Amino acid sequence: MNALLATVRRDILLALRRKSEVLTAVFFFVIVTSLFPLGIGPEPLLLKKIAPGILWVAALLATLLGLPRLFAADHVDGTLEQMALSPSPLGLLVAGKILAHWLLCGLPLVLLAPVLGLQFDLDASALGILTLALLLGTPLLSLIGAIGAALTLGVRGGGVLLALLVLPLYIPALIFGAGAVEAHIAGLDVGGHLSLLAAMLVLAAFFAPWATTAALRVALE
Amino acid sequence: MGNHGRFEGCIGVRQSIIHWFRFASPQSFYPLAGRMIPWFWAAAAISGIAGLWISFFVAPTDAQQGEGYRIIFVHVPASWMSMFIYLVMAFWAGLGLALNTRVSAMMAQALAPTGALMAALSLLTGAFWGKPMWGAWWVWDARLTSELILFFLYLGFMALQAAIDDPRRADKAGAILALVGVVNIPIIYFSVKWWNTLHQGSTINLTKAPSMAQTMLWGMLLMAFAFWMYSIAVALTRVRAIILERERHTEWVKHAVE
Repeated sequence: MNALLATVRRDILLALRRKSEVLTAVFFFVIVTSLFPLGIGPEPLLLKKIAPGILWVAALLATLLGLPRLFAADHVDGTLEQMALSPSPLGLLVAGKILAHWLLCGLPLVLLAPVLGLQFDLDASALGILTLALLLGTPLLSLIGAIGAALTLGVRGGGVLLALLVLPLYIPALIFGAGAVEAHIAGLDVGGHLSLLAAMLVLAAFFAPWATTAALRVALE
Repeated sequence: MGNHGRFEGCIGVRQSIIHWFRFASPQSFYPLAGRMIPWFWAAAAISGIAGLWISFFVAPTDAQQGEGYRIIFVHVPASWMSMFIYLVMAFWAGLGLALNTRVSAMMAQALAPTGALMAALSLLTGAFWGKPMWGAWWVWDARLTSELILFFLYLGFMALQAAIDDPRRADKAGAILALVGVVNIPIIYFSVKWWNTLHQGSTINLTKAPSMAQTMLWGMLLMAFAFWMYSIAVALTRVRAIILERERHTEWVKHAVE
């Protein structure tokens, strides 16, 4: 457990020394969501209807933006090989890296989403559901994305390939995450959506570090 | 190549079972595949011609859909194959990952383009069917959407394998991706289905299949059989090419090509 926390602390420290990388994804999220009203038009009713989808798709893309960096730097300078050789299980260290990635790339999106939701005229309770759904959904995105990041490590055209591999797997999170907010706006119960998101998160938390570790071992061979 | 000899040497009693592992070696699988391919092609051609004849000339015109319904004789088998091939591909990929058998991984690689072709064919024929029946090339129906996502999964698998130069690493990475995809397919399917029912009224319902005439069913079954045989024949042909390419440094390939 100490090894996991040490990995989290190390990755966060490294990221804070190079703030621009983290901030890029956050600004990307803000800019993309602000582009949609410009493309669609300023009708409040329409914008309110499409807000959950826009915010979720933007969150997907912003998470994707940070993924190639998850293992790349450690792979280049040999840290990853040291991790694979270290006495702590690689799966635990990988889980730490994924957690750090979520804290750096996912959590800022969760915190920003309510502010951006105001742009789309969502009311307070809808903003609450949106934040809750993102809180459950963004770790899921980091976990699934880590598998893709490990598979494309050091591969030609890795960034675009990563999007091709990971985005289809993100679809369930998108459907239930955006669906929760839409159901709330329509006056339906959101418990089912959030429970399914949580179930997928638990499933991914169990399997994804394992699959990521297997993929990293393939890349390190 | 050396493995099967060792196996057979140590475990003489279980010879009949172990014997099958012989074909896990590219050298012995290559001629076996070569001998099987003509039979599968012949079966595909015969059942394909019979199936097309029944579906175009024998099967009655549908009371509601007219002649346009006949595209389902291609559409339905293609959809079945696209889903089934992904499972088979993941099975071979997983086997290759677990047992480190090279032919299994090559088989998975050989199946992917055929699976993608079937998914594309299913989407295309679905669009041709949808235009006269629904008045739209595309609707966001749960089945159409899942098929599209399945097509993306095939593309991802093929792109990942193509991007990695080292074939061993490409096999293993592809296998992990295929297995992750197999776990996700039911989740994706049910989420898309639920999303669809939430958003769309029951304007279009694909599931209520009208009771099918006997000849229609025969046409469908024959076409499905033809697609099976075609897929196997093409996959075996492709796996032979992959074997030759990957084993080009060996002596037996030099002899085989001569």
